[in-house]
Amino acid sequence: MPGVHELSLMDGVRATVLEQARLHRAGRITRISLRIGALAGVEAEALAFAFAVVMAGTIAAEACLDLETVAAVCLCQRCRQEFPAVDGGCECPRCGEISRTLLRGRELQLVAVDLD
Amino acid sequence: MAAILRWQPFAGPRAARALHRLVGADRPAYAEAKACLAAGRGDGAAMCTHRAGDRVSDPTGERPADCGCGLATAPTAASAATDAFPESPAARRIALGRALLASNDSLAASNRAAFITAGLPVVNLLSSPGSGKTALLESLGRRDAGAGRLAVIVGDLATDNDARRLRAAGLAAVQITTGQACHLEAAMVAGGVRRLLEHGLRLEALDLLVIENVGNLVCPAAYDLGETLRVVLLAVTEGEDKPLKYPAIFHGADLVVISKIDLAEVVGFDRPLAHANIARVAPRARILELSARSGAGIAAFAEALRAAASRPLAGPAPGLAR
Repeated sequence: MPGVHELSLMDGVRATVLEQARLHRAGRITRISLRIGALAGVEAEALAFAFAVVMAGTIAAEACLDLETVAAVCLCQRCRQEFPAVDGGCECPRCGEISRTLLRGRELQLVAVDLD
Repeated sequence: MAAILRWQPFAGPRAARALHRLVGADRPAYAEAKACLAAGRGDGAAMCTHRAGDRVSDPTGERPADCGCGLATAPTAASAATDAFPESPAARRIALGRALLASNDSLAASNRAAFITAGLPVVNLLSSPGSGKTALLESLGRRDAGAGRLAVIVGDLATDNDARRLRAAGLAAVQITTGQACHLEAAMVAGGVRRLLEHGLRLEALDLLVIENVGNLVCPAAYDLGETLRVVLLAVTEGEDKPLKYPAIFHGADLVVISKIDLAEVVGFDRPLAHANIARVAPRARILELSARSGAGIAAFAEALRAAASRPLAGPAPGLAR
């Protein structure tokens, strides 16, 4: 059942940003910025849906969700060069070697919150 | 490799409206945003909320005027004045830079610390529903009958059927029913461990603890449970290309097991193709074939677990670092 864990992730985001708003005595949250890797196991569409559901009725209800996606990138040990791991495939497009080094793409971060 | 490109097409209430359009009833707006995302594919692309004909404003001058999605155009001088969001003096950005799953990750770290202190290898066993996780563990239990050194924490949405099956096979087992949750989290595993201890088990006295996750190839991928080994199961009946469809979960695997291998011929399973597909998306994983029914490969699987256990217990898979 894909989709349910995005709700629980976004619930955690809500708790954190509301806490930040309290700490900084802000009356409104205007933007929430997330960074999501292509191989994080999270669907952007489901996150955006969960965002609207979870933030409704809070001071973040009108906030903008800023989703930065990070493409998966591997390092080829033979070519010593980075290459994009499209759809999670780790075959180097130059030499065909399968890379065991994933440099980016599993990010699942709350980057920043904008307060007003 | 260029740096991650970050920009925002709108600011303030207008952006909020755009997003509400995006996630609300207006599906075409979302399709446009997806098109932008695809067009911006590269080192990183902001989730673009442009609609056809939108004007892009950039009050700070730090961002590109256009993401290249082709839906939005740079503003004229006149429109920029109305598009710019007037920042109130109180407005400020708080940089957080924290993992979305920070609390799960820290609980997982404390689980792992307890396991390592006890010298206990712990497997997170993952697969689709019905791929044969429980049958594999039953088979392991019957093989080591009487040893009683293998314990299982098993998660399902409902019923304790699996725990009962595992106990019948001679294993110590506790069931976690997750209700609507599609995955196990580190806190649930800590609760499962407490229940094992209440049953009189000592972690130091066990040879192996297996966490049989909720059958699901999507959600459990993101959750570190504190395991020292990640095992993903793929049944021959699921097809050779399943790993390519669910790369995120395969990426974290230390070991990929192809189960129900006794059915390979019947279902026309292409083994070399399956191995090649797994290697592409699970580059660090060893691959084993087995059948819980015939017993083929079970000894090799037990051996692989023992070998992994005799290595210094590992931290989270490198791919899990966030």
